[in-house]
Amino acid sequence: MGKQEFTISLFSEDHIGILNQITIILTRRQINIESITASESAVKGVQLLTLVVKTSPDMVRKVAKQMEKLVDVLKVFVHSSDEIIYQEIALYKVKTNGLMSGNIIDSIVRNHHARILVVSPEYTVIEKTGHRSEINDLLNHLEPYGILQFVRSGRVAVTKQVKELNAYLKEMDGADRYREENIEPYEKN
Amino acid sequence: MKEQHETKQAEIQVNGLENITGAEAILRCLVEEGVDTIFGYPGGAIMPVYDKLLDYSDKLRHILTRHEQGAAHAAQAYAMVAGKPGVCFATSGPGATNLITGIANAYLDSVPVVFITAQVVSGLIGTDAFQETDILGVSMPVTKWNCQIKKSQDIPGTIARAFYIAKTGRPGPVLIDITKDAQVDKLLFRYKKCSYLRSYNPHLPLKKKAVESAAIMINHAEKPLILAGHGILISGAEEELRTFAEKTGIPVAVTLLGLSCFPCDHRLYAGFLGMHGNYGPNLLTNEADLIIAIGMRFDDRVTGNLKKYAKNARIIHIEIDEAEINKNVQVDLEIHSDAREALQYLIPLVSEKSYESWIREFRICDKVEFEKVIKAETKPEKGEIRMGEVVRMVSEMTAGNAIIVTDVGQNQMSAARYYKFTSPGSFITSGGMGTMGFGLPASIGAKIGNPDKQVIGFIGDGGFQMTIQELGTIMHYKIPAKIIILNNGFLGMVRQWQHMFFNRRYASTELVNPDFEIIARGYGIPAKTISARQDLKEGLQQMLDAEGPFILNIAVEKEGNVLPMVEPGASVSDVTLNYKG
Ligand SMILES: Cc1ncc(C[n+]2csc(CCOP(=O)(O)OP(=O)(O)O)c2C)c(N)n1
Repeated sequence: MGKQEFTISLFSEDHIGILNQITIILTRRQINIESITASESAVKGVQLLTLVVKTSPDMVRKVAKQMEKLVDVLKVFVHSSDEIIYQEIALYKVKTNGLMSGNIIDSIVRNHHARILVVSPEYTVIEKTGHRSEINDLLNHLEPYGILQFVRSGRVAVTKQVKELNAYLKEMDGADRYREENIEPYEKN
Repeated sequence: MKEQHETKQAEIQVNGLENITGAEAILRCLVEEGVDTIFGYPGGAIMPVYDKLLDYSDKLRHILTRHEQGAAHAAQAYAMVAGKPGVCFATSGPGATNLITGIANAYLDSVPVVFITAQVVSGLIGTDAFQETDILGVSMPVTKWNCQIKKSQDIPGTIARAFYIAKTGRPGPVLIDITKDAQVDKLLFRYKKCSYLRSYNPHLPLKKKAVESAAIMINHAEKPLILAGHGILISGAEEELRTFAEKTGIPVAVTLLGLSCFPCDHRLYAGFLGMHGNYGPNLLTNEADLIIAIGMRFDDRVTGNLKKYAKNARIIHIEIDEAEINKNVQVDLEIHSDAREALQYLIPLVSEKSYESWIREFRICDKVEFEKVIKAETKPEKGEIRMGEVVRMVSEMTAGNAIIVTDVGQNQMSAARYYKFTSPGSFITSGGMGTMGFGLPASIGAKIGNPDKQVIGFIGDGGFQMTIQELGTIMHYKIPAKIIILNNGFLGMVRQWQHMFFNRRYASTELVNPDFEIIARGYGIPAKTISARQDLKEGLQQMLDAEGPFILNIAVEKEGNVLPMVEPGASVSDVTLNYKG
C-alpha cells in the first residue's frame, strides 16, 4: 500500500509523558514524524498534539487506535490533507544588502503573500504562513540572496468536519457507560 | 503499644480526617481496595512503607520473594487465580528495574497488577542520584498506565485510579512511582474509589446491531468454528461460552491463554490452537467458513502465516480492545465489547443447530493426532520417560482439577497439550512474552491466591534455574506448591529448533545441572528424583499427598520433540505431525 500524508490530531489530558507514549507507538512501527505541534486546545485542560506522518491508510488506522487506547488520550482524529485546513509558519532571515537593490524584496514578499517583520542594515526577517510547498517555494526564491537562518513550524490544522471535540467530550462525560438503557449506538468515524 | 498507637491517631484528626504519613496512606488505600496480600522486596527508598507494614500486618500480608522479578510473577499469578489485582512493591533503582520482565509479562497477558515502586526524594530526581532510575520512562512501553507521585496528598487519588485502570477494560499492569518524601510527609486521608476517567472508556455500550448481524452470519454458517481466548476468562464468560456453543453446536478451539475456559472433555471441544496446538483446530481453521473469535488477538503463534490464514472463512471478532481489531487479521464483522456481554446478547439470537459431519472432521483429526503423536507421548511402553506421559498422569490423578502453572518451553507446551482442564482459570502460563523463570514464582503466587486447590508447576531444568532463588520463598512461608521439574538436561525447546531447523547443531543448549533434589533439601523442601517409568506414579502420588511443598525432579527423554508443529512461516493447515530428522 502506498504511503500518504496524514494529519493526526490527538486530544489528551495534560499528563506528563503523553508525547513519549505517542512516539513509542510510532517508533515501534518505524513511522517518522514529519512535523509535530503541541498546544492547548479550545477546551480548558485539554492538550492538542498535531502530528503529520507519512504511512499507509491501514497503518495510520492501527496506530491511531493504539494512541486512543492510551489511558490519558481523549480522542484521536486522523485526516488526509483534503479533509483539513492547515498551515505552517516559517521565518526567513536574509541578508539585507542583497534584497535592497531595486524593489526585489517588495515583489517577492507580495507574490508569496509573506510579510516583513524586521529590517536592519544586516538582515531582514520575512514571515510566511502557508503549506509546506509554498514555504519551500519562497525559500527557493530567497536562496540566491543569502539565507542566514530559516525555521519552519510544525503543522497546525483544523478540521472541516462539523462535530467538535467539545461534543465528544460532553458525550463521554454524560454517558453512563454502565447502564444498558442509556446506550446510544457508538458510531465510528 | 497498640493503645498508645490509637490515642496518638485520635490526636491527629483534623476535620474528621486523619493526618497520616504518605507511607501509611499507601497501605490504607490498599486495604480500601480489598488487598490482603503484597509481594515485594524492600530497599532504601521504600523503607517508610515497609516500616508501616509492621503495623498493618493483621490486614496486609507481605510475601518477601527472593528477587523482584519473582515478586512480579507471583503477583501476576495471584491476580489470575484470585480474580483481583495483584500488588507488588519494590524499591527505587535496581529494585524497580528488576520488575521490568514481570511487568512486561503481565502487560502482554493482560493481567491486572498494581506495581508500587519507591523513588528517591523529589529534590534529587533528574540528578542521577543514588539508586535513581527513570522508571516511568523505562516502564512506559510495558504498562497500561504509570504515574509518579511527589506529594503525599496525591497518594489516595492516584492509587484509586491505578486500581480502576488495572482491572477494567482490557486489564493490565500499572505502575506508581512514589518519592521518599511523599511517603514521609503527612496528608489528611480520605479515600474514594475511582469509577470514571473521562479519557478512558473501558466499557463501551454494546453495539447490538453488530451482534444481530453476527447472529445472522452464525445461523447461516456451514462450518463455523469458535476461537476462544483469555478474554473469556477475564470477562467471566465461561458459562456463556458453553451455552452458546451447546445451543449452536459449534466446536470450540482455545488459545494458550484461553485453555481451561472450556472443558477439555466436552464433546464440542476442538482443542488447543497454535504452533504446538492440536492438529484438528489448526488444520480445520482453513476449512471453516466462519470464525467466531472471542477475546483473543490473533497472535502470530496462533495464525501462522497470515497470508494463508482462514482464507475460506468470514471472521467475526468479539474483542474489548479496539486496537486488536483488524491489527493482524482483517475481520468481516467487529464487535468491540466485553466478551460476556456480547455473548449474553447473542445467545437468544442464534438458532439451535448441530454440525455432525463438521464435528466428525475434528474427530478424524483427533484420531490421526492420537495415532501419530499422542499415543507414543502419553503411553510409551519403553524408552525414557516422556513429558506428555507425566502431564497426562498428573491430569488423571488430579481429575483435571488442579491449577497448572508452567514455565516456558517444551514443559509448557506439554502441559498445555496433555492436561485435561475441567475447571476455568486453572492454567497459569506466560503466553505473550514466553518468559522463562515465570513458573516457580507463579506457582507461589497461584498457591497463595487459591490455597484450597492443588497447585502444580511444570518447569524445565533451564527455566527452573532462572528463578531458583524463589525456593527460599517457598521455604520461608511453607507454601505447599508442588513443583515438577521436567528435566531433559537441555534447553529443550531451543534444542528442538536446532534439531529441526539448524541441522542438529546444539549450540549452547546442553546443560550441566546441579542435583535439584539436594538443592531442594538445602531449602528444607522435600524432594525426590525419578528416572524410571515404574517409579513415576508412586513419586507423583507422594508429591500430591504431601502436606507442604514438594519438588519432583523427573528425568525425561533428553531429545524429545513436541509435536505437532506449525513451523515458523508455515500455514496452520500445514502441520508437521511426525518429524524424522
Ligand atoms: C528469559 C528467556 N530467555 C530465553 C528464552 C528462549 N527460550 C525459549 S524456550 C527455551 C528453553 C527452555 O528450556 P527449559 O527451561 O529446560 O525447558 P524445556 O524446553 O526443556 O522444557 C529458551 C531458552 C525465553 N523464552 N525466556
